[in-house]
Parts: sequence; structure tokens; C-alpha cells
Amino acid sequence: MAEAVFVKLMHAWRDRLAKLTVYFAAFLVCAAFVWIVGDLVRGGMAHLSWDFLVDSPRDAGRAGGIGSILVSTALVLVVALMAALPLGWAAAALLAEYVPADGGFGYAVRYSLQVLAGVPSIVFGLFGNAFFSVYLGMGFSILSGGLTLACMLLPILASTADAGLRAVPDAYRLSAAALGMSRTATLFHLLLPAAAPALAAGLLLGIGRAIAETAALLFTSGYVDRMPGSLLDSGRTLAIHIFDLSMNVSGGDAPAHASALILVVALLLINIVAMRLAAGWQRRKIMSE
Amino acid sequence: MIWSKRNISSPSASADTVFADTLMRYLLHGAAGLAAALVLLILLFLASESWPALQHISIKRFLTDPSWHPGEDMYNLAPMLSGTLYAACGALVLATPLGIASALFIAYYASPRTAGIYRRLVELLAGIPSVVFGFWGLTTLVPLINQLHPPGASLLAGILILTLMILPTIALTAYAALLAVPGEYLRGAAALGLSRWGLISGVALPSAKTGIVAGIMLAAGRAIGETMAVLMVAGNVVQHAGSLFDPVRTLAANIALEMAYAIDNHRAALFVSGLTLMLLVMALSGIAGWLGRNRHG
Repeated sequence: MAEAVFVKLMHAWRDRLAKLTVYFAAFLVCAAFVWIVGDLVRGGMAHLSWDFLVDSPRDAGRAGGIGSILVSTALVLVVALMAALPLGWAAAALLAEYVPADGGFGYAVRYSLQVLAGVPSIVFGLFGNAFFSVYLGMGFSILSGGLTLACMLLPILASTADAGLRAVPDAYRLSAAALGMSRTATLFHLLLPAAAPALAAGLLLGIGRAIAETAALLFTSGYVDRMPGSLLDSGRTLAIHIFDLSMNVSGGDAPAHASALILVVALLLINIVAMRLAAGWQRRKIMSE
Repeated sequence: MIWSKRNISSPSASADTVFADTLMRYLLHGAAGLAAALVLLILLFLASESWPALQHISIKRFLTDPSWHPGEDMYNLAPMLSGTLYAACGALVLATPLGIASALFIAYYASPRTAGIYRRLVELLAGIPSVVFGFWGLTTLVPLINQLHPPGASLLAGILILTLMILPTIALTAYAALLAVPGEYLRGAAALGLSRWGLISGVALPSAKTGIVAGIMLAAGRAIGETMAVLMVAGNVVQHAGSLFDPVRTLAANIALEMAYAIDNHRAALFVSGLTLMLLVMALSGIAGWLGRNRHG
């Protein structure tokens, strides 16, 4: 009898201990997040102004702003999306609508996209340098950086679009067939619009991943911080700017803080909007079933 | 259901639509084939760029040369390999319990509202770019560690930053695995009068085990391949770390540091380390995928 009471007490203590540990872990994670964001806001706010956003960097970035760097970032992003969107969404449409998931070609495409999603970004950088910059002769340019990024974005865009298309109810496809719509018309006028929130969420996630990227762009789009004149000019993106200021420029901490703050705020906004889209889309899906 | 969406036959009214459909099918196949060929292209280029090194330098020499001095024809990658493994293992040791505890917090401890907010927060943590983690580590963490034990830029700083970076991966995959535990198991356990921890440790965790392990594998891949954050905080001295406070250099950081001026055999040696990284990560994600598929097997 005494033993049973003892065991029961032990279990109660064990439960309390486990609860404490789990709460403590959650607290630690929250504290780390608040610490990081707080540090960035505190260090970056003082240096932030409209002039900082539009001026070109001077004195290796210690003075001036990040105007030309924002332009380079936008150009790299546009090149990457122009190349990755058609490929990624076409692959998704094929996987979701045209070929069986477990049969030969579909499986091969899905498997290689899955492998591609796991490749470290520095390896993309090596590949981009060897293929786009050297083999295709694009040199250190926005074009070769953007195309390297496109390779990285492909799996994200394809997997989100694939999931979005699969979530469209089969009734849509049957109705379209009953109305005599061709498959192409069904895809463009019915399925893609129905999956639009998922496509948009994937697009935003891709943009977030692209503007956060550093390692893949170091040896493809390069370090030059001038305003780019064409797509074949080298252009420094915001992430590389932060890296360069903090590692190679003494006295660059203040502008680095401000640039990091801008980058993080942009990413947080993008991610929140993407989550909203994905959540709203799931809710609607449940309502319609 | 006998039909599937691929068997729904669309009546084609005219030759035009038949042509459009066929064209569309070819276009999509072409695009998807291109996407799939990309992995092969990457492997091909990595292999062809590292070929000169593999031809002139025997694989054994990458592990047995006296040091890493590519200028003097010495190519010992072993210290970088050990640095990579130390950093990744250290980060996994810290991030696995924190990540699983986070997932348990979301799934079983927090109120729905708190759980939602906390999950959002973990997802946002995953969205912070590695260069920002590195910058924060450089300006905040490294000075703190420096007060504890100079020089500050060290294996420990690398491990702590990597922990923050891979924690969301482990937490979110573990949460997904816990969600997939059949509700009847949990109700059965509750009916038997198991306490909350008894239910978690006896029922929920064992049945979510494969999913959680798959998440840890993915996180390990991310930790091994991570470049910028580790490069910024780990000190980058080529040596076998004797303690947590020694600076180390990882394989990925080595590529980022030396690629800018590497030529000939040196460049090829860097591609060899890139190829090694890619194969390691492919193996890890292969295991994760295999575990994920056999979750209910």
C-alpha cells in the first residue's frame, strides 16, 4: 500500500517536472527570439532614415545609404522569379494534374525536386559560379546570380503549387469535363485560379528565401556596390551588404544594423502575409467540403 | 471511387483544342524534365570541376596531408571535416530536446491561443536569414563568450547560432508528427488513466518517433550545409578543436572564404569539399524521406 502511494507521488512529481521543463524550453525559445529582434531594432533604429534608403553607399558602406543595393536586390529577385516561376509552376501542374505521383516520370521529377530542396546554398553558389559565371560566360553579374537563385527557388515554388493544385476538389475537374472544357482551359481558367492563394503563398515564401540568401550569391552576383547599369553588371544584394559590412569593414556596424533591421522587417512581413494566405485558403477549403 | 482525376476524359470539341492540349502536355513535360535535370546538372558540374583534384591528389591525401596549405600543395580537409561534424552534432544535441519540447508545448501543454502564437513565433524564427543570425552572433554572442573565455569567436558560438537556426525545423516537423498520432491512441491512454506525461512518453512520442527522427535528419543536413552564420561567428582557424572555446572552420565556411581567389588544384579541392557536402546532405535527406514514407509501415 505504502509502495503504491509512493509510486503515485513519484508520478505526480515526474509530471510536474516534465511540465516545468517544457515550459522552460518554450520560454527559452521566446526569449532568444525577442533578444535577437530587440537587439536589431535597438541597434538599427538610430541609423534608419529616408536618406539611408535612397542614397548610394559611400566609403565602403560606412556612410551613405543602401539605395543601389536595394535596386540590385530587386533585380536579382526579378531575374530569379522570371526563370523559376514558369518552370516551377509547370512542374507542379504536371505532377498534380497530368502524371501519376508514383509512376516513373512523376516520381523522378518529385524525387529530384526533393533532393534539390536539401542542397546547401553554398553548393548552389559553387554550381552557379562554375556553370553560369564561367561555363556560360556571364561573369559576376546580376543575371548569373538571379539564375543561381532560380535553381534554389524551384523546389519551393513547385511543392507549394503542387499542394495547392491537389487541394482543389475533384468536383471542379469533373464539372469542367462535363461542360466540355479542354484540359488546357480547365487548367488555366479553373484550377490555377482556384489554387491562387496557395500559389501566392508559395511565391511569397520564395521571395523571402531569395532576399535572405547570401552564400549562393557571393561568387555569382558579386560584391560591387555601385548602381547596376545592366543585368550583366555585378550587383551587391542586401544580405551580402550586411555580411561585408560586419566582416570586412571596420566601423560598419551601425549601417549593418540598420540594413539587417530592414531585411528582417521585410521578411517578417512577407512571412506573415504568406501564413495568412495559407491559413485563409485552408479555412475556405474546409468550408467548401 | 473507380475514377481518378487523371482518368477524367475531357471531350475535345475541335482539332484546335486537341492540338492545344497536346502542346500543353509537351510543354509541361519539358519544363518538369528541365527541373528534374537540374540536380543531375549540379552533380555533373561539381564532379567535372573537382575532377582535376581527384586525378592529381589521391583521396587519402585529403585526410592525411600535414596541413591545409593549398599554395604549398597540401590539402588536408580533416580539420574542416571535424569542425563541421562538431558544430553540427553540438547544435543537434542542444536543438533536439528544445525542438521536441517546443512541439510538445504546442501540441499538449499550451492553450490553443498560446499554442498558435508560439507556433507563429517558431515559424518566424525559421524565416530569419542566416546572415542576420551571423551578424547578431558576431555583435552580441561573441563579445559575451569573449568575456567568459577569449577569443569569443569559437565552436561554442557556432553551435549556439546553429541551434537557433535548426530548432524551428525540428520543432515544426515534430509537431506535424505528433498531430499525425491517431486520436484513438490518445483517448485510449486517457481512458486508462495515464497522466499527461505518461501519455506523452508512453504513447505519443513512441508513435511519432519516425517522423521526429526524419525531422532531426533534415535539421542535421541544414546544420552541415549552413555557411554564412557559422563563418561569421566560429573564428575560421583551420584546426581540430580541443575545447568548446577554440575557433574552428567548417567545410562550407572554407569554400566561402577561399573561393574568391582559388585557382587550379585549390579551386578543384574546394569543389571536392562541395561535392562531399552535397553527398552528405543528399544521404541525410534520403534517410529522412525514407523514414517519412515508412512512417506507418
